[in-house]
Amino acid sequence: MSTAALELVNVGKQFGSVIALREMTVKVDPGAITCILGDNGAGKSTLIKILSGVHKPSSGRFLMEGQEVDFSSPRDAMAAGIATVFQDLATIPLMSVWRNFFLGNELQKGVGPFKWLDVKRMKAVTKDQLLQMGIDLRDTNQPIGTLSGGERQAVAIARAVHFGAKVLILDEPTSALGVRQSGVVLKYVLAAKERGVSVVFITHNPHHAALVGDRFYLLNRGRLANTYERETLHLEELTKAMAGGAELEALKHEIGR
Amino acid sequence: MVGWSHPIHHRISFEERYQTAIMSTPTQTDERMKQASPFIKLLRRPEFGAFLGAIAIYALFTSVDTTGNFGNLSGMAGWTDIAAPIGIVGIAVSLLMIAGEFDLSSGVMVGTTGLIIGMLVTNVGLGIWPAIGIAFAFAACVGLLNGYMVVRTKLPSFIVTLATFFILKGANMAFTMMVTGSVRVTGTDQASGFQSAYNLFATDFGSQGFQITLIWWIAITIIATWVLTRTRFGNWTFASGGDANAARNAGVPVNRTKIMLFVYTSMSSALVGTMFVLRLKGMQAGQGVGQEFYYIIAAAVGGTLLTGGAGSAIGASIGAAIMGMAYIGIPYALWNSDWTSTFLGLILFSAVFINTYIGRRARGGSK
Repeated sequence: MSTAALELVNVGKQFGSVIALREMTVKVDPGAITCILGDNGAGKSTLIKILSGVHKPSSGRFLMEGQEVDFSSPRDAMAAGIATVFQDLATIPLMSVWRNFFLGNELQKGVGPFKWLDVKRMKAVTKDQLLQMGIDLRDTNQPIGTLSGGERQAVAIARAVHFGAKVLILDEPTSALGVRQSGVVLKYVLAAKERGVSVVFITHNPHHAALVGDRFYLLNRGRLANTYERETLHLEELTKAMAGGAELEALKHEIGR
Repeated sequence: MVGWSHPIHHRISFEERYQTAIMSTPTQTDERMKQASPFIKLLRRPEFGAFLGAIAIYALFTSVDTTGNFGNLSGMAGWTDIAAPIGIVGIAVSLLMIAGEFDLSSGVMVGTTGLIIGMLVTNVGLGIWPAIGIAFAFAACVGLLNGYMVVRTKLPSFIVTLATFFILKGANMAFTMMVTGSVRVTGTDQASGFQSAYNLFATDFGSQGFQITLIWWIAITIIATWVLTRTRFGNWTFASGGDANAARNAGVPVNRTKIMLFVYTSMSSALVGTMFVLRLKGMQAGQGVGQEFYYIIAAAVGGTLLTGGAGSAIGASIGAAIMGMAYIGIPYALWNSDWTSTFLGLILFSAVFINTYIGRRARGGSK
């Protein structure tokens, strides 16, 4: 059995008197897609914030490739190879595609203190990397705000993969998108996996998760409610669990239809 | 129960997922994307509207000119003399606005630095060069403080720098009265090294009387354009104003970028303050107050977005040129120059309106 890319063992997180997460044990296998599912308030965002270095766990252990880690900022996590693509905070609409792709990692040329952007190379690399992810843009000079939501997410994913992310955390990448656009993003999630990246895919859509996931963690009210493996997954069961299961039955009864 | 349970347990196979997903990852172009023509691309440039406006205003003042001089070199020497100092600080203000911040103390800082130089040479007896050095250092400190306060307190820079503006405005008056007993400092031309500083910052050249400030202005326009569009710092400037959170997530040092731009803006004001105190051989305590609006007008007319994230250095220079033309063109046309500010107000509104309108159309929709 291979060492997990990321592993949380009995992790808990408290904010004052609010217990956001308790006894969370999650394993992210290398080169696999791990889905984290749950309703609003289930603890999904607290979990990713721990994984991406925004929050420190209050208790439990956080391991990366078998080694215990203690990130004090997202920068630390990034340096260790954990890249997070946040839903709305991934790209800058008015800047061109290539500038967004290389933002924070600009290629430069020049000598000593006189350095300037290697625009030609950055444009070429952007075009090439996006092609490898299956996106063909005529013009990487266009503002990224002119792309569709799905394409913007795809650029953000391609960027993380290009800059050597070992673990890619995707925060609800499909939640604001339509059916077709979601399909586009899911393809890029698989494309990232094909390139050897471990993916943590946070969503509240069981259908999207089931299409790409290898393992599924279902969160409910800060606890781990269930774990499913790809081989044994029943979409119906997952959907039902996500929708609230027994609570939904009760609601149906109450509404009386 | 109907609707929630499926008759057949839907088990998702590995193959199925891969067929629906990865196998169908051929490259795709969206057939609905219009290819932008070069003309549309030109219209998208933020400074394009300002450029057309400058041509229109140049044509207007050439046609109503009663002296016959507006269109020739001496007219140009006149309006570039007005435009250069506005442009020099306007470019810095524009860069700062692109990064999402304002500096309302940029006008008063012209007066402050000029007064510092004046008092240091006439009342303390320093040479002109050390005095200039101290004035620049002071400006850098105030810029640093402006920037630091903005990023640390997270208060709007409009308020922080408005406070700086009033603090300096009062200090300019009080200090000048205290040290000189009047509202002005005079006699800077008596300082040692005056001539060499004058030759660099305040002299004129050519038979038409072009000011050396014009050279500074053009050089700064070129350098700032290069920095903004071709360096990492420029990239970070756009990113900081475009979406500070996304920029931070990408690893951009947003706070440092903003602080550096505040320092640069203050030092631009110090440059203009130096130019004025050398040229006028003295300084009024109220000098520069109100100029901050001219810088903001230059930046806004030049297509810089007030909310940050877009704009250019050359746009601010075009905006400054329009203002220079108005200041010279109106008296040349024998119009009542009391109306100059009214004219500039109308220009500001129409330029920003047209820029926004063209930009929206060129981007093809609501974005």
